[in-house]
Amino acid sequence: MVANKFVMRFSSAIVDQPIIYKLVKDYDLVINFLKADINPHKEGYVVLELSGDSENYNRGLEYLKSIGVDVAPLSGTICWNPDRCLQCGACASFCPTGALFMTEPDKEVHFDGSKCIVCESCLDVCMARAVEVRF
Amino acid sequence: MVVEKSYDEINEKIKKGKAVVVTAEEIIDIVKEKGVEKAAREVDVVTTGTFGTMCSSGAFLNFGHAKPRIKMNRAYLNGVPAYAGIAAVDAYIGATALPESDPENRVYPGRFLYGGGHVIEDLVAGKPVKLEASGYGTDCYPRRHIETWITLEEINDAVLFNPRNAYQNYGAAVNTSDKTIYTYMGVLSPHLGNVSYSTSGQLSPLLNDPCYQTTGVGTRIFLGGGIGYVAWHGTQHSPTVSRGENKVPLDGAGTLALIGDLKQMSSEWLRGVSYLGYGASMAVGIGVPIPILNEEILSFTAVTDDEIYAPIIDYSFAYPEREPGNLGRVSYAELRSGTIKLQGKEVMTTPLSSYAKAREIAGILKEWITEGSFLLTEPVHGLPSLDSGITMKTLEEKNNR
Ligand code: SF4
Ligand code: SF4
Repeated sequence: MVANKFVMRFSSAIVDQPIIYKLVKDYDLVINFLKADINPHKEGYVVLELSGDSENYNRGLEYLKSIGVDVAPLSGTICWNPDRCLQCGACASFCPTGALFMTEPDKEVHFDGSKCIVCESCLDVCMARAVEVRF
Repeated sequence: MVVEKSYDEINEKIKKGKAVVVTAEEIIDIVKEKGVEKAAREVDVVTTGTFGTMCSSGAFLNFGHAKPRIKMNRAYLNGVPAYAGIAAVDAYIGATALPESDPENRVYPGRFLYGGGHVIEDLVAGKPVKLEASGYGTDCYPRRHIETWITLEEINDAVLFNPRNAYQNYGAAVNTSDKTIYTYMGVLSPHLGNVSYSTSGQLSPLLNDPCYQTTGVGTRIFLGGGIGYVAWHGTQHSPTVSRGENKVPLDGAGTLALIGDLKQMSSEWLRGVSYLGYGASMAVGIGVPIPILNEEILSFTAVTDDEIYAPIIDYSFAYPEREPGNLGRVSYAELRSGTIKLQGKEVMTTPLSSYAKAREIAGILKEWITEGSFLLTEPVHGLPSLDSGITMKTLEEKNNR
């Protein structure tokens, strides 16, 4: 028996495929949804816990990768350092969950860790190294 | 024009603490409410601000002489090379310089964690910085090597001199290719995944003085948290680009070369930055005051984001290949809304320069002037303007044998 938490990110092109159905039906996996946002116009994500026997579990992960779903284990936490932050807002435009977000009308950037799925998009776009991942 | 004020009159009011100073954002509603003439009568100074990455930045340093003396021809600050091809212990540390040990883009995309901008930030923050320098030894400068630690306070001079800052407008960047690209306009997702932009729009210095009527050589400004001056027009100053009816350029146009004493600046407003896959640089905070000498100058400062347009440039092909043309124009109001429509697609917008910090700078400068600690200077020389005939030259490969 294996159980792990994952972030699955998928492009709009594959949003309409019955991915979850297949995981349950063909690979006999138990799925526990933790967070999700699926939007037909942009990239979607699901945070879930997958459990099943190890062979099915591995085959299920293979299947996801084969159809182009980006699967990453949920590990680490993102720390945002407001003192290093330049308040540009670049990260907020990339953050898929709104964990890093800009408020109006002050246009200030804030971080809500409870929404973060540790996708690490913000790490790539932050020029100030104001976000880091801690394990 | 009905309203005419001089620099002297405005400075007299500033000294008496009676000047009316507002930010380039506040002036918008004031003009809407009172009209141009009344607003020009009442308001003396409009303050602007911008805080973003400005690669053409750096600092001249004089380290003082060692015993025995050395004429440095190579100098490194925390491992980052500074240009030492000037007098014995003078050097220039540029914002984008990288240590020789940086893997650059050999591991693509490179991270560029520490560069010249970070050295300047560390110096300004008062941190000790390691200086390593070598020379070839002369009769007057016998020493060949020195390794020591310096702080900003302990060295003779540190002058921020930025050859090109405060771009008046700038293209917005997209990527039409099918892979992510890493640019000085940030990470650009494939298939028009995002559009990045980098000016403070209605708060930006030269967008509020589009024809350089008050900003010129000698203009006193907010620079890096301290006081600086406009030293010259910036490199690539290009005032003759096409403009809208409001005289606002439709593309990158004017630029400023800025100078100021680094010792009175703050690491809050000079910050080392690292662009994935592109390089290291420095974010610089700048605020320029605009004296309201007449109604025309005032009406320019009331410009709003929906009247300022940026061209959309494809950084996957047109930009690197220096191909002309753009994918259309978009207003800063649209860019600031979070998404724009482009080629039938909704495209998310990625800001790179901080509007919140630009607003903060305009506010600080407003405070300095209001409390009488910052007087305005009349330029000693104008910037080349719309009638200058300047055109941008390109670099062509020639075979001169
Ligand atoms: S890792 Fe960054 S981009 Fe991803 S969800 Fe967390 S805050 Fe948002
Ligand atoms: S990208 Fe970095 S500097 Fe910019 S707002 Fe986000 S955390 Fe702050």
